[in-house]
Amino acid sequence: MIQAIAFYLFATVTIASAALTISSRNPVHSVLWLILAFFNAAGLMVLAGAEFIAMLLIIVYVGAVAVLFLFVVMMLDIDVAEMRAGFVRYLPLGLALAVALLAEIVIGIGAYGAGGIELAARTAPAAQPVPNIQALGNLLYTRYLFIFEVAGLVLLVAMIGAIVLTYRKRGGVRPQSIPRQNARRPEDATRNVNQPIGVGVEL
Amino acid sequence: MNGSIGLIHYLVVAAILFTMGVLGIFLNRKNLIVILMAIELILLAVNINLVAFSAALNDLVGQVFAMFVLTVAAGEAAIGLAILVIYFRNRGDIAVEDASRMKG
Repeated sequence: MIQAIAFYLFATVTIASAALTISSRNPVHSVLWLILAFFNAAGLMVLAGAEFIAMLLIIVYVGAVAVLFLFVVMMLDIDVAEMRAGFVRYLPLGLALAVALLAEIVIGIGAYGAGGIELAARTAPAAQPVPNIQALGNLLYTRYLFIFEVAGLVLLVAMIGAIVLTYRKRGGVRPQSIPRQNARRPEDATRNVNQPIGVGVEL
Repeated sequence: MNGSIGLIHYLVVAAILFTMGVLGIFLNRKNLIVILMAIELILLAVNINLVAFSAALNDLVGQVFAMFVLTVAAGEAAIGLAILVIYFRNRGDIAVEDASRMKG
């Protein structure tokens, strides 16, 4: 019973915050609603017995991706009012498309549920001898090791790509040149003078 | 069954989330940031589907692939936002309606 209540709570808040994400006037509010949606989706995943994915969702999405979005939203100086133009114009077409898509998916799910495929329709998997994280690790580091490494490569490429895309050389600044600094010897920079008394210093 | 919550419930939630993502792409044509957020919503729906099937079939592979989807989503967000930043630097706004200037 408590599972049902928790499920409906999480599901309702997820969907409501998703709706507010796409309809919010201010992009910053959109990001905050997106964070709420991710939190509640993590709750849904905990209910389904996938604790590790739920924690990953919070760490990766809320901790990294959402903060990235927030930074970019605040960095760009955008005119919010001008951006809303066209929202009403696209509303009927977009709503029609969304309703059609949702009807398709729900009918598909209904057909799937009514069909002869019998699945064990349980919310949580049976209590396993090993915890969820250990079981995932056993799978991830043996059978899916290479895919795991490729995932790391994808992240590396994404990081390098983002740096290359946004890097720019600024004019009018004097950056530090390490080789020049290292090549400079004391005799280039200093000079010993035997200064006579009563005579001005020649620089 | 725990309180009659089954696979179908999860699939319906994921379907609604997916649809909202598509609707968000449609509605916010002037705002590339919200479009990227809508894509994140779509990927979240995919992840919920993967986890739900993983729980229903008692097979952990679904969760492994949910992790990979998460990885790709993070990379996509980083690259997308980087492109967004240079797009804004070049044009001064982030409307995608007339983004054909990006070619070439």
